Amino acid sequence: MSTQKKAVALISGGLDSLLAARLMLDQGIHVEGINFYTGFCVEGHTHAIRKKDKAKPKRNNALWSAEQLGIKLHIIDIIEEYKDVLINPKHGYGANMNPCLDCKIFMVHKAKQWMDENGFDFIITGEVMGQRPMSQRKDLLPVVVRESGADDRLLRPLCAKNLGATLPEREGWVNREQLKDFSGRNRKPQMALAAQFGFEDYATPAGGCCFLTDKNYSNKLVDLWQARNKKDYELDDIMLLKVGRHLRPEPHYKLIVSREDGENKFLQGYKKQFATIEIKSHNGPLTLVDGELSDEEFRFASRIAARFSQGRDADNVTVKVTRKDGEEQLFDIAPMPVSEIKQEWYI
Amino acid sequence: MSQYTLDARYSLCPMPVIKTQDKIAQLQAGDILEVTCTDPGALHDIPAWCRINGHLVKESSEHDDEVVIVIQVVG
Repeated sequence: MSTQKKAVALISGGLDSLLAARLMLDQGIHVEGINFYTGFCVEGHTHAIRKKDKAKPKRNNALWSAEQLGIKLHIIDIIEEYKDVLINPKHGYGANMNPCLDCKIFMVHKAKQWMDENGFDFIITGEVMGQRPMSQRKDLLPVVVRESGADDRLLRPLCAKNLGATLPEREGWVNREQLKDFSGRNRKPQMALAAQFGFEDYATPAGGCCFLTDKNYSNKLVDLWQARNKKDYELDDIMLLKVGRHLRPEPHYKLIVSREDGENKFLQGYKKQFATIEIKSHNGPLTLVDGELSDEEFRFASRIAARFSQGRDADNVTVKVTRKDGEEQLFDIAPMPVSEIKQEWYI
Repeated sequence: MSQYTLDARYSLCPMPVIKTQDKIAQLQAGDILEVTCTDPGALHDIPAWCRINGHLVKESSEHDDEVVIVIQVVG
């Protein structure tokens, strides 16, 4: 009697990985999912932070996919290890700060480690040849195979027929004839397959699942590195890049101004790590101050913060500045007119 | 059977799920784990993770911007 073969599936929460795993389940393969958390995942964060988004349904799409498939899902925190991928990508960045090819290589490499540690036989991904310009180009798919160390234990069920046979196919663990030959950016074959399997309400993230593909987010990350004069970050740094308006009036300091109540509340959690500006005489945003400021600069920054408060048209607004050492000061200042807030301050 | 608590407040999903997953990996069948979170997404994600992995959610509630989920570990 043959032993049931086991595959670990990279589950992103998108349609392709869902379909790839389902194709394997239909061939009698034991499948478990693995999902890597880099800190840059779009998944749910904006919903959690911004009050205006809270009416929208919240779900983790990787968990949702696993539940649809009836498989276990292992979510792995790779925040620390991922830093080297982002800071020193061997294959460079995409259109923004997205190191997609290095990221894919790293994740398949981690999946290979997990496969070896847990006695699994092969790895599956939802990659489709030619679907993405950086990580899924035909000439780059072999690079992932080679540099991840997965070699011929990496099977891409959605485009396998366009590629050479892998070990699971050659050994007869899976039937190659039942795999797919999808290619290119056309999503219709995947949507048809989803309909065939009865999958509805699957995730279709318009901008992908990673903040690093976002131009505005990437600009903020580059600004952070330039201001610190080094390419490094902690989890809190990259979380804060997702929140608020970011303005840099001078090279040595940045203001993070909340945009609504949900962000105000989220930023409250950082009050011990940053100097803050709070509007006392009117409703207004909480502002985090990243940098060392003189009294005069705090007054200037407070005028900017007051511009975003309900006292924006008042002659005077009272603000409370709390420095990082806890010292508090009240200032009466005139909110800065919108015409004086330079566009180039916005990051 | 032992009772445990996990403070996953002020971390955003999926970190509360990851912390729950890692904590449960250290527990025995029948143990009870009470997880407290501030990300409302945890109210959906932790029970989903439990369903997938066969653990039992005995109770979940949300009040004062905190989510509390009580899980019984199933072997």
